Formats: sequence, C-alpha cells, structure tokens
Amino acid sequence: MKTLFAIALLVLSAGVLAAPMDSFEFESKAQEKIFHKLSEELRCLVCQNQAIAESNADLAKDLRTEIHTMLLAGKTEEQIKEFMVNRYGDYVLYDPPFKPMTWLLWIGPVGILLIGLFYARNFVFQQNSSEAPGELSADELERLQNLQAEFNLAERSVDKENDNMKKEKRL
Amino acid sequence: MTETKQNSKSMLQRFMPLIIFVLLVVLLGVGLTLNPRLIPSPLIGKPVPVFELPLLNKEGVFSSEDFKGQITLLNVWASWCYACRQEHEVVKRLARSGLNVIGFNYKDKKEDAQLWLKQLGNPYQLVMADEDGRAAMDWGVYGAPETFLIDQQGIIRHKVIGPVSDQQNYDELMAAIKKISGSNL
Repeated sequence: MKTLFAIALLVLSAGVLAAPMDSFEFESKAQEKIFHKLSEELRCLVCQNQAIAESNADLAKDLRTEIHTMLLAGKTEEQIKEFMVNRYGDYVLYDPPFKPMTWLLWIGPVGILLIGLFYARNFVFQQNSSEAPGELSADELERLQNLQAEFNLAERSVDKENDNMKKEKRL
Repeated sequence: MTETKQNSKSMLQRFMPLIIFVLLVVLLGVGLTLNPRLIPSPLIGKPVPVFELPLLNKEGVFSSEDFKGQITLLNVWASWCYACRQEHEVVKRLARSGLNVIGFNYKDKKEDAQLWLKQLGNPYQLVMADEDGRAAMDWGVYGAPETFLIDQQGIIRHKVIGPVSDQQNYDELMAAIKKISGSNL
C-alpha cells in the first residue's frame, strides 16, 4: 500500500516538474484563461513539438512574457495571435488556417482516404463481377460450344473405355 | 487495335495503386528529410520592422530608417552562440567584399559581446545590442545565427537561418544578393 502511494505521488508529480513555473499576475480570471489558452496553442519555435506553455526555452519564456504584457495592455486573443503569425508565420500556430499554402495539409489525408476507398470499392466490385460474368460475345459463345462438344466427345470415349473394362472384368 | 488499347488501360489501372504509393513515398520522404528548424519567414518582401536599438561599441542608436540607401546584411549573433563562431570567417569575407554588414547582438551581455569581437575580429560597420531580445521578436528571430538581406528601400529580401558558412545557405544568399544588386557584387 505504501509503495503504491509512493508510486502514485511520483507519477502525479511528473506533470508538476515538467511545466515551467512563471509567476504572472492577471487583472481578471478571463485574462488568465486567454493566457493559458494561447500558450497551449502557440508552438515553441526553438524546441519544436512543444507549446510555449510547456517549454523552458528562453524564447518561449520571452513569448509568454510578451503575451502577458499584451493582455495587460488590453489586447485581444486575436490580436495576439496575429502578432505571432506576423513574426513567425503560420508555423507558430498548432491549428493552422485553411488557405492555399496549407491546402495539402488539410485536404491531403482526406484525399488519400478517398483514393483508398475508391480502390477498395473497385476491388470488391471486380471480385463480384468475376463471380457473375456478363454476356458472352459471339466468339466466346462459339469457343464455348466447341469446348463443350470436345468435352462430350471425350466423355463418351471415357464411358466406352469404362464399359470395355467392365466387360473385360466380367470375362 | 482496341484490344491493345484496353490492355494498356487496364495495365495502367492495375499499376495505379503502385504509382500512387511511390508518389506518396517520395512526398513523405522529402518531408522527412526537410529540416524542421527552417521556418520560412513571413517578413520576406516586407519593410523592416520599426525599431530602435542602442549601439554596442559607441554612443548612439540604430533605427529602421538607417537601412535605406544601400544593400545591407544584418547578421544576428551572440557570444553564447557556437554556430556564430563557425560562420564568423565567412561574415568577415562578406564584409571585405564591400557589402554593408551590420551586427545584431542578440540577448547577450555587453562585456561578453565586446570581448568576443575583440578576440575574433569585428567585421561589422555597426553593432546594435538587443539585450532583452524584444526587438528580435519583431524580426521573427528565434535563434542565432540568422542573417537578413535588406535592399536599398529597406525591404527584407532574404533570410538565412543558421550559419552563412553552410554551403547551401551561402549559395542562396549569394543568389539573392545578385538578384537585387544587378550583378556588381
């Protein structure tokens, strides 16, 4: 029980250790909420794959300070985002806007899925059609008749041979 | 005749998934080999940001207006930056070639920066000091070294991320300089 408790404590404290501690003061709860939302949504440029909220990098710290200053100066969430995009590009956003530059990013996965579905459908369709063949052409009909005739002939000769064998056995 | 046409059509259909697969592999392969640290700057083609910074080695300030009139290479460096040391010889060479090279000392201590220049040589016409990195933020700087090419009208024309001593960076910078200066460099 004691060990379990210790492990639980250790696991819980991991999150506390990972998040950098800033002591920012806000004028209102709403401001603080926007601050946390923005620092989660903006990418740290130096560290990659980390939001500026969770990074200890110097630049991330500066950007957090900048967001804080702008919020206190009465800037809105949109204005702050625009400020970041104007300097660092769409890359800084974890949720990039839909525009020609990012079309491939947005449509690509859906497009690939559609192509896959198209081929899957064709594949299934082809299998079905091979089970139920359509009309035969005149050529094919003739070949079929020839084959049947040959088969009948062969069958007859086999029958004859069988008959002969039976006769021989009896003898 | 029609049969061969149909054949080639069905061949194409049969190999289409393979073709798409290969294209996808190429696309993802290129994506994987790109350097994720190279973030294209949205500032290219735009006027330099408005700023004013104190100079490192003497009294005075440098402001956005001071870029006008000549082609300038703005080299962002710091004494704590190892790659800046690596590229420094190339920066010196560029300055010797007659280009107006200006230094942008990024988040550095004044004494450290001055000592660094004394030891390695100072190729800069001027060095401005951005101790807190606030002006650098307006330039979209997110590391050092970075180098901006600014034309006579004060428009940012090219940005090098990482050392200019890197062959590819160097070639691209040279091409950009050639493009805006006509060819006299």
